[in-house]
Amino acid sequence: MKRRPRVPLLPVVLAMVWLLFNDSLSAGHILLGVVFALLVSATVRRLRPLPAWPRRLHVAVGLIWHVFVDIVRSNIGVGRVILGTTRRQPSIGFLRIPLDLRDPHGLAMLAIIITGTPGTVWAGHDAASNVLTLHILDLKDEETWIRTIKNSYERPLMEIFE
Amino acid sequence: MTAADVPLWAALPAALLLVCGGLLTVVGSLGLLRLDSFYARIHAPTMGGTLGAGCVLLASMLVSTALAQRPVVHELLITLFILITAPVTTMLLMRAAILRSQE
Repeated sequence: MKRRPRVPLLPVVLAMVWLLFNDSLSAGHILLGVVFALLVSATVRRLRPLPAWPRRLHVAVGLIWHVFVDIVRSNIGVGRVILGTTRRQPSIGFLRIPLDLRDPHGLAMLAIIITGTPGTVWAGHDAASNVLTLHILDLKDEETWIRTIKNSYERPLMEIFE
Repeated sequence: MTAADVPLWAALPAALLLVCGGLLTVVGSLGLLRLDSFYARIHAPTMGGTLGAGCVLLASMLVSTALAQRPVVHELLITLFILITAPVTTMLLMRAAILRSQE
């Protein structure tokens, strides 16, 4: 299989942040932004020796869309639990999911996605056994949760970072 | 640049988005009152932090784009920073609660 080119994540994001901050796409700002991004990346390398080199960015587009849809849906879900037509407390619970994803950047992204979605919070990860502990607000159907996390989030993240 | 300068095509959806964002945040905060355990309450404020904030930022983008008469997308930065900071606090709280309950 042909290996796709990898993108250095940190400098690219920093350059984009610079351009957004200055709200300008002029040649001067692009040059300044690139210089700034490279300088910061070089400095940070000492602090964090493991750079992120994601691949297959088209997968990320699908992932972002999926996460967006899930955030909207779980906002409605959590809202319904809170306003609950019947005054019952939700069935909270922990869920343990064995992961295949090993890349630290992928795991960080997974943590942000899971915690950023209302109704689920990342509650721990055992590095030795690679088992993720999740806390879920309305734990009814464990199979569906496991399938969602593994198929919609973990697989694309593995494609991007590994 | 007053409120009257905002054209209708931007003002209407922006107002709608602001109302939606406000409602979502209120419901999220209400969860702090209505849910009874810490583990349930930790999920509620995320509503205001994600879709609630998203609606307000989208409204802001619409209005400033209409006023400046060119695309203004500064707000993407706020989205990015909320996205990478808010979950960290939630996870810290969660881990602290778990460690305390294990003692």
